[in-house]
Amino acid sequence: MSANNNGRSLGSAQRIELTLESLLDSVSLAEEMCTRIAGAVGFDDDDCFKIGMSVREGVINAYNYGSQKQRGKKIFVTFELTAEKFIISVRDQGRGFNVQDVPDPLADENLLKSSGRGVFLMRSFMDEFAVRCPEQGGAELIMAKRLRREPNSAD
Amino acid sequence: MAFRVTPRLVGEIVIVDASGKLALGDGTARLRQTLRGLFDEGHNRIIVNLAEVDYVDSSGIGELVTALTTARRGGGEVKLLQVAHGVRDVLLATKLYTVFDVHSEEAAAVSSFG
Repeated sequence: MSANNNGRSLGSAQRIELTLESLLDSVSLAEEMCTRIAGAVGFDDDDCFKIGMSVREGVINAYNYGSQKQRGKKIFVTFELTAEKFIISVRDQGRGFNVQDVPDPLADENLLKSSGRGVFLMRSFMDEFAVRCPEQGGAELIMAKRLRREPNSAD
Repeated sequence: MAFRVTPRLVGEIVIVDASGKLALGDGTARLRQTLRGLFDEGHNRIIVNLAEVDYVDSSGIGELVTALTTARRGGGEVKLLQVAHGVRDVLLATKLYTVFDVHSEEAAAVSSFG
């Protein structure tokens, strides 16, 4: 993985795939790994925080709603670096869902609900966010953060 | 850093000093257990001191909102004290920063209960 982002790189790999058990520990593992990668490719602390939290929320979503906390179900996380952005995918083995059906947590009637903010945080903290239902089933959350370019860097 | 919660009484107000990462798992479980215990004992005027909490996820936010609604049902309130930068960002994004009564000074937070 290599990138022109503040001159840093991750070596030769461009894509890292993780297969996680549906465990609470997997949530923190994915977040920590993602935050380290984001830092290594040159994102600042604020972006690392937002990227890490988005991955955390994605894996929590997979753990709670996709796997329904069944350890045997897997969560697949992919980190991919392109010349323009850092792309993360979180796929579960659940029933899938339509993102249009997720209530708006900022609506007055939802503001004091105890849950339902994960998708909103991912959307807010990442530059791109989408949900798709892959052929093999489940839900796949795809999110991306654009790499920050140095002001004087040549394209 | 493990999440810790330590309640203390200031007059009739309970201040819950929290530290660590308020996130799904130990963090949310410990806060929920502590606050439920306080509600069961009849306390519903509570200040959660977040000065040493550097991180909150959606599950942690959910615990704080649950505590707020529980307290309000009993005629009380849950207020927040010394919200750190990262936590404030999440509260602002979710429009909850203005839902909670947030204070930067403990004495002001206590006296705001009247």
